Amino acid sequence: MRVLLVDDESQFVEALAERLQLRGFETLVANDGLAALDLLEKDRVRLVVLDLRMPEMDGLEVLRRIKEKWPTTQVIIATGHGDEEDRRKCLELGAFAFLSKPVNIKELSHLLKEAWSEAS
Amino acid sequence: MSERFGSFIKTLRSRLIALYRPPFWVDRARRYCYIWAVSVSLLAVVSLMPLTLMVLYVYDSSQEAIYKENVLRILRLTSNTRRTVTSFLEQRLNALRFTAHVESYSYLEQNDHLAGVLRNLKYGFGSIVDLGLINAAGVQVAYAGPFDLKGKDYGGQEWFEKTLEESAYISDIFLGYRGVPHQIVAVKSTNEQGEAFVLRASLDMESLSEILHSLELSERSVSFIINREGIVQTPSRRYGNPLEKVCCIPVPEYAEHTQIFEAKGEQGQPLMVGYAYIANSPFILLLVKEKSEIMQNWYGLRKNLIIFFSGSFVVIFLVFYVIPTYIIQSLYEAEQTHARAIQRLEETARLASLGRLAAGVAHEINNPLAIINEKAGLVKDLIIFKEEYKHDKKLERLIDSVLESVERCGAITKQLLGFARHTEVSVSTVPVRKIIRDVLSFLEKEASYRNITLNLEIPDDLPPLVTDRGKVQQIFLNLINNAFQAVGDGGRIDIVGRRVDGGKIAVRVSDNGCGISDENLQKIFEPFFSTKKDSGGTGLGLSITYGLVQRLGGQIAAESELGKGTTFTVTLPVETKEVRDEGLTCG
Repeated sequence: MRVLLVDDESQFVEALAERLQLRGFETLVANDGLAALDLLEKDRVRLVVLDLRMPEMDGLEVLRRIKEKWPTTQVIIATGHGDEEDRRKCLELGAFAFLSKPVNIKELSHLLKEAWSEAS
Repeated sequence: MSERFGSFIKTLRSRLIALYRPPFWVDRARRYCYIWAVSVSLLAVVSLMPLTLMVLYVYDSSQEAIYKENVLRILRLTSNTRRTVTSFLEQRLNALRFTAHVESYSYLEQNDHLAGVLRNLKYGFGSIVDLGLINAAGVQVAYAGPFDLKGKDYGGQEWFEKTLEESAYISDIFLGYRGVPHQIVAVKSTNEQGEAFVLRASLDMESLSEILHSLELSERSVSFIINREGIVQTPSRRYGNPLEKVCCIPVPEYAEHTQIFEAKGEQGQPLMVGYAYIANSPFILLLVKEKSEIMQNWYGLRKNLIIFFSGSFVVIFLVFYVIPTYIIQSLYEAEQTHARAIQRLEETARLASLGRLAAGVAHEINNPLAIINEKAGLVKDLIIFKEEYKHDKKLERLIDSVLESVERCGAITKQLLGFARHTEVSVSTVPVRKIIRDVLSFLEKEASYRNITLNLEIPDDLPPLVTDRGKVQQIFLNLINNAFQAVGDGGRIDIVGRRVDGGKIAVRVSDNGCGISDENLQKIFEPFFSTKKDSGGTGLGLSITYGLVQRLGGQIAAESELGKGTTFTVTLPVETKEVRDEGLTCG
């Protein structure tokens, strides 16, 4: 199960990647939205964990583009800035789940597994 | 006197104010009270002053006019009467003169001749009772009339002497030899031998009385005659009997023409007395009228004037009381509404900025918190997944406690975000039990420290509210916070929800704390009213709560008993229709 982690906080994203690896996931990391889209062009990844507030391109925009190009790719939002409004928008755009930071690793890995079965 | 008047005015003023004070007469509106008092009194003075002056002028001048008219009337009547009385006496005197001149002494000396003359005089003039001829020595040598007076000696008597002196005489009324009140007129003449003799006639009193009676004066007026010593000569009704001293009225000083003066009657009633001296006689003619009768017309006029004046006074005053009161009341209410709107706006803005601050802090903390979470989580993962760390139980415990703390921080920031959201307007479905639990979670620590019993009774079938979540949260947070401050350690707080008629739910928050006095209970929803100012209360909590409840279309009520506790009951519609409000969406 390959997961693309997109977050501008490298400290966060690296630790998260390592933890997911320990739980048997294969991880890719991107530090902004454009890099994430580039990666997805090159390599088909079915699971994405996405932050909302990022420089260059905002998470919502990234989500929209991913869903346009690869509708079967499942995106889980993990943000520290989310409110009800963001949650509603993300779910409308087709996000699989909406999590607030700090995230619970058990919950995340559980959701990723569910999303994986959805994506395949 | 002026001091007593001053205090009277003061009492009157405070009484009037207490009775008629306008609705804005409260301490907060001193400025309005001042404007009101000034405008009411200015308008009243400006409008009532000319009216008062005019009425006073009319009062005075008409009183004077009526008085003058009456004086004139009395003078005229007195003059006319004098003329009548004078001519009555003159006629009789002239008749005697004529007789003494035409008839000879020797002819008159014989009684039967004299009786003939008396008959003719009676026939011609009337009111002559008898006739006597007196010689120079004063002896009545002949007499015709009902009395036996022949041979009587009048020598030395005053009237006789005066007749000889002045050749004609009119007496006042006296009893004389006959013992009957009568008046005499006498003339002097000379006989064939050149000796003086006197022809004397006595007059009955009826004729004179009748002349005065024929004036047909009213009940309270009378015309009568007195002599110069003040002895009443003709019937006077109440001012003394004939031949007695006149009562109440002083003998007026001699005057050639008719005069008038004022006197006081027996009971002190004011009198107006017209008088005239009758020429060549000792008589003074009096015409007495009671002033009250004279001024009868005036009293009627005065009554009308007073009715008119007090009527217009009351009407004008009422108009000038009602109009400024109404205008100033409207102004006051407009300003109150404006002030309330501004205050609400300020509260909203304050809450909004507080909310933004809270949200900002929560967001900013979330990111580093997430990093801590992941790093610590990774450490824990390493302990779990890597063989070389597995034996270190102490490290695992430490990491667990870090993770627990992170989780707690996360819960706090989430609550902060949820709490901050109430400044934005959004309608969502809100389960009452959950929202109150959220609020209580803020206070659970304090409750357990202070050993406060929290009793939450929300029935399962209570419908969720479709309303603004943040506002409902704020309402209950404020009320429960208040209850916390009211109860002592070990107190009890009950939160009971139920469904009420009309698609509403009611939630009762009651404590068994110190309670609120009746006086304060009326003011608790007023902004900036606080009994906790010392301990940092702003006095805004309940007023914000009140405003929020109103905005959600609900009601809030408070009951309290000192020492027993306080109960707040919030009633909210299950579905809030109107949440938008002026200036609210800007949050």
